[in-house]
Amino acid sequence: MAYNNLKKALIGALALSASSAAFAADDKPLMTGAGAGMLANTCAGCHGTHGASAGPATPSISGISDVYFEEVMQGFKSGEIKSTIMGRIAKGYSDDEIKAMAGLFSKQPFVPAKQPFDAKKAKKGAKLHDKYCEKCHADGATSAEDDSGILMGQLTPYLRYTLDDYKAGDREMTKKMKKKVNQLIKKEGDAGFDALLNFYAQGKQ
Amino acid sequence: MKITRRGFVKGAGAATAIGMMGTPFIALGASKKVVVVGGGTGGATAAKYLRMADPTVEVTLIEANKHYYTCYMSNEVLGGGRSIDSIRFGYGGLGSHGVNVVHDVVTGIDAKAQVVKTAGGQSFNYDRCIVAPGIDFKWETIEGYDAKVAEDIPHAWKAGAQTITLRKQLEAMKDGGTVVIAPPGNPFRCPPGPYERASQIAHYLKHHKPKSKILILDPKPKFSKMGLFVQGWKALYGYETDNSMIEWRGSAQGSNDNAVVKVDAGSRSVITGFDDTIKADVLNVIPGQKAGKIAFAAGLTNDSGWCPINLHTFESTMHKNIHVIGDASIAKGMPKSGYAANSEAKVCAASVAALLNGQEPGTPAYVNTCYSIVGKDWGISVAAVYQLAQDGSKITKVSGGLTPTDATAEMRAREVAYAHSWFTNITNDIFM
Repeated sequence: MAYNNLKKALIGALALSASSAAFAADDKPLMTGAGAGMLANTCAGCHGTHGASAGPATPSISGISDVYFEEVMQGFKSGEIKSTIMGRIAKGYSDDEIKAMAGLFSKQPFVPAKQPFDAKKAKKGAKLHDKYCEKCHADGATSAEDDSGILMGQLTPYLRYTLDDYKAGDREMTKKMKKKVNQLIKKEGDAGFDALLNFYAQGKQ
Repeated sequence: MKITRRGFVKGAGAATAIGMMGTPFIALGASKKVVVVGGGTGGATAAKYLRMADPTVEVTLIEANKHYYTCYMSNEVLGGGRSIDSIRFGYGGLGSHGVNVVHDVVTGIDAKAQVVKTAGGQSFNYDRCIVAPGIDFKWETIEGYDAKVAEDIPHAWKAGAQTITLRKQLEAMKDGGTVVIAPPGNPFRCPPGPYERASQIAHYLKHHKPKSKILILDPKPKFSKMGLFVQGWKALYGYETDNSMIEWRGSAQGSNDNAVVKVDAGSRSVITGFDDTIKADVLNVIPGQKAGKIAFAAGLTNDSGWCPINLHTFESTMHKNIHVIGDASIAKGMPKSGYAANSEAKVCAASVAALLNGQEPGTPAYVNTCYSIVGKDWGISVAAVYQLAQDGSKITKVSGGLTPTDATAEMRAREVAYAHSWFTNITNDIFM
């Protein structure tokens, strides 16, 4: 997906990571270089053991693309991606640490969430997905290989928040996504997004 | 083994494989035994993550109770938004990780012979012991208050029976009644907890007994997330107006003017350090705290009443081969919270796995995330990422902070949804 966003975020975050991660306010040198597993363990309290979230809202981060993970974490770190709490947390990790976590979580299996959905809306959502989303969120939004987010089986409230942020302009879309989202808004309105969310809530095609 | 400062740094790179999620570490020689004392947040997490780090280690967890009620989210039970059963957890999940769970009361730990002894007459040998004692109360600091009185005038600071009692008393209270909450002095378990409790009770009263009041009698001049709580109370409960549902009376530094120093159980009244007598309809007295009983019995505490430790391995500085985690430990820099106990337990488990295999423990990483639910769609949080100072002196915050005071209503509502997710995921991470 958005390599450009990642590049921008990386540049923005460089200044931060150089100063914040190695020294505390009182200038005592700190131990750095924790292993990927040790780092990833710190996420589990909110995102679930191995990054598989049982919900109801916090997203699963297991099995997702390492590129996507890094891009989003860098976005939180720079403040470019709006968040409740992740902006405060992401600043605590160096670029290398984020990369290490990205690698580890991408190797865990993605566990689709079990959540309610409206079958009729989901059916419509399937069609809309094929038309507007499948090109980037491949294989019915189940694939991590295209480096976009896995949408199928992701927690619905999280997808809704993220979509709201995109639509409100609080989170930057890629050009391709913007085009498709605008087409979808024009043709289907909010009901279109609702149908999509019900489709992804199924957890499988 | 003794870990030198130089060894810390040298070993940091070598042992990073330990603690990797799902990565088995193959030990050579006879299997090692670890006994975990206490099946709360810290103990249960340590037992599970030790088995995940090294499945060759024999892990026995000894816990008195068949179920654990989490202190976190128990305030939602008081507010009526959640059932007591939803905060109750069993130990079957740990069994599936190969943890041997024993229900008994640990009465002593012989550090020299490396044996844990129980009230049931059992003995358990260990190579290393992880103790998660939780908290106990300094009853002697409040005249007329003790464990027996607390059955009727609950502290409810260990969730379970007393949570139910307090909820029932709130339900039985007449409209127009006064609820008095007396938070403890520092340090104590869950620093924002008493103020979230006041919020949750206010949420209940607002909808069911709107003429009622909540009075917080605090021995402290300020409290955790104070600005955010006050902001929420103003918006939701008329705080600082003539019609405020919540009144907070703090005590200046060095004074005990508004601290509860005496309880008169018969009249359900409290007496403050300023000698005010205040009668309550529902009374919640949370005494000052110290490490749980077993920490004292095993000689793991210092003069502070808490357990000094090596911040990298959580090994006691009082006794070798015994590690102390969670609220009872002096984890300099980290708060006494559920997330902190969960995070400390993982660092400790990784260190113990390394030490049992003759390796230097890898670089630790710690996090705390703590949500408070102030009212409907009104969530606030504090979070921090920590690194250990190279000289081992402090677990040092490298980033984090509070929910911004200018957060939008939408973001505050999301924090409630994330708080509930936090609860589901952390309890799965501990017990499943």
